[in-house]
Amino acid sequence: MSSPGEPLVVLDAVTFRYPGPPPVLAVRWATLRVSAGEHVALTGASGSGKSTLLNLMGLLDRPTAGRVLFDGADLSAAPEPDRAAVRACRVGFVFQSFHLLPNRTAAENVMLGQVYAGVPRARRIDLAMHALDRVGLAARAWALPSQLSGGERQRVAVARAVVNRPWLLLCDEPTGNLDSAATAQLLGLFDELHADGIAVVVVTHNPAVSGRAERRVSMRDGVLTDASGGDLGADPQAS
Amino acid sequence: MRIRRRRDTAPAVRSRLSAGDLARESLAGILQRPGRSALTMLGTVLGIGTFVVVLGLSETANGQISKNFNALLATQVTVTDTGAANATTPTLDFPSDASVAADRINGVIAAGVWWQVLLGSATAAQVSNLPGDDAPAGVNLPVYAADPGALRASQPSLANGVLFNAFDQAEREPVAVLSAAAAAQLGVLGAASQPTVFIAGQAFTVVGIIRSDSRLPQFGLGLIVPASTALADWGLPQPAQPAQMIIRTRVGAAQVVARQAAVAIRPDDPGLLSAAAPAAPTTLRNAVAASLRTLLLSLAAVAVIVGALGIANTSLVAIMERTAEIGLRRALGARPGHIAAQFLTESAVLGLGGGVIGTGAGVVITLAVTVAERWTAILEPTVVLLALPAGAVVGLVAGLYPALRASSIEPAEALRR
Repeated sequence: MSSPGEPLVVLDAVTFRYPGPPPVLAVRWATLRVSAGEHVALTGASGSGKSTLLNLMGLLDRPTAGRVLFDGADLSAAPEPDRAAVRACRVGFVFQSFHLLPNRTAAENVMLGQVYAGVPRARRIDLAMHALDRVGLAARAWALPSQLSGGERQRVAVARAVVNRPWLLLCDEPTGNLDSAATAQLLGLFDELHADGIAVVVVTHNPAVSGRAERRVSMRDGVLTDASGGDLGADPQAS
Repeated sequence: MRIRRRRDTAPAVRSRLSAGDLARESLAGILQRPGRSALTMLGTVLGIGTFVVVLGLSETANGQISKNFNALLATQVTVTDTGAANATTPTLDFPSDASVAADRINGVIAAGVWWQVLLGSATAAQVSNLPGDDAPAGVNLPVYAADPGALRASQPSLANGVLFNAFDQAEREPVAVLSAAAAAQLGVLGAASQPTVFIAGQAFTVVGIIRSDSRLPQFGLGLIVPASTALADWGLPQPAQPAQMIIRTRVGAAQVVARQAAVAIRPDDPGLLSAAAPAAPTTLRNAVAASLRTLLLSLAAVAVIVGALGIANTSLVAIMERTAEIGLRRALGARPGHIAAQFLTESAVLGLGGGVIGTGAGVVITLAVTVAERWTAILEPTVVLLALPAGAVVGLVAGLYPALRASSIEPAEALRR
């Protein structure tokens, strides 16, 4: 993997169009470089294309034009098994609506993240408990999502995202459904993960969240602008 | 905690789903909504259950049909007067000793000639219980001429009195045996007092009354008089109603007797007679059973198809409901093939479960029906053994399209829902 400071994910002149109808050009000619261990906030108005950009970075969508490089490999047109492998082992996702399976306990939800990464079954519970301990929920490991508060559910989702020790954590409005106390707790967690060397990209409307990032990038009508004057990565070939 | 990272490039890692994980995830998916899973399974239960019941009952009924055919048709031979078919005048090609000749054939229990008497062109004769021209109009009843051997062969069920015998035949006695229906119409209450009936004005003494005749059911509708008496009073059989011979044989002898009868009765011109061999019991039984089985299997196939459509429909609905879960799994690294495998396994497990329950229910129902009907249950072990995997196959086939649909859902789109 790239060393700290080296490009981890590079969007190279990426365009994405929803086929519709009507067709919508959600991302226009976006070029962005996220380095290993970097903490980036992606801001912008609703419908500006932030989540679409995040999905492109997380290999959940394929760009209509341009390239998506992960750790130096162009995966924009790679076979789906290669892209799925990166998602399973190298990328963690945190969603606004948590996306926890309602009939599974917190520990089982975390272990779901290990199924496709090929983690041996014997090791899963230890790693899951470790991840839950890290987010402060070891004591609630056997609670169902319905028995957890919103903040606790989001921390379970974070535990699931980091249980495979990803290189990149992508968070889409992670505090959108949380109160201020839960938000503060989650942001502290992101800081710790960032300190551990995980690159964190957070899509947010919340200035408190974007303020914690090293770099803030904003989007407007599908076009990227650099709010904090950092490097947009105009020369991905350099990676 | 420090994250230790391996120094490999992105595609060096693999997304995988072990067989154990596939089984566990599929089972969890089924148990996630137990009510709907049970309803989904119900379609296969009905389909496979119907299949087992149909095959079980048709096999069992097969045995029953065999018994019935052996008891009646397989022990009966009918000889017809084919010479009369081309005749224009009354004809009887059976010689007077035809019954005796037939009796000599090995395997024959009883044999005799009979025909319907036609007075003029009418198939029914005026029969009355009062004599003379002044008598009120009688009733129209069919009259049959039969020698005593025909009555012994057809074995009518006697209500009271006796059947006429060889003496009556030899002496051309004016005696008659009435069917219960004819007796009721004529007001004859019994044969004990030997009442008299008048057939076309001629007096006949009633010696017996029969309830029915399973081999010659037409005897149960009219009157029967000795063949010799009929010949003396009304002449030879009309070409329109030629004489026939009924032969009752021992079980298994009918085919052989049929081949020998014409020559034994008319060695001078066997072509005047034609012996109708009864349908071979096994052939007839198989034909009937095959028709029955085809019909019922068609119904069972419809039931299975309906069951499969039920699984397919419910699976499609489940996929729509679980779109977000599919998106999550894809985000966590599942390949499209992993998603398809999971949904296909769920369908197959539901189908297998339905097959197991349906087979059990089918066996129980088959046994219940056979016990209630006092039949001997016949159920091929292979039917039971094949019904179990058949459920899984139905589930697999039904789940194929929904599974492909699930695997084609784009992860980002699924997560947006």
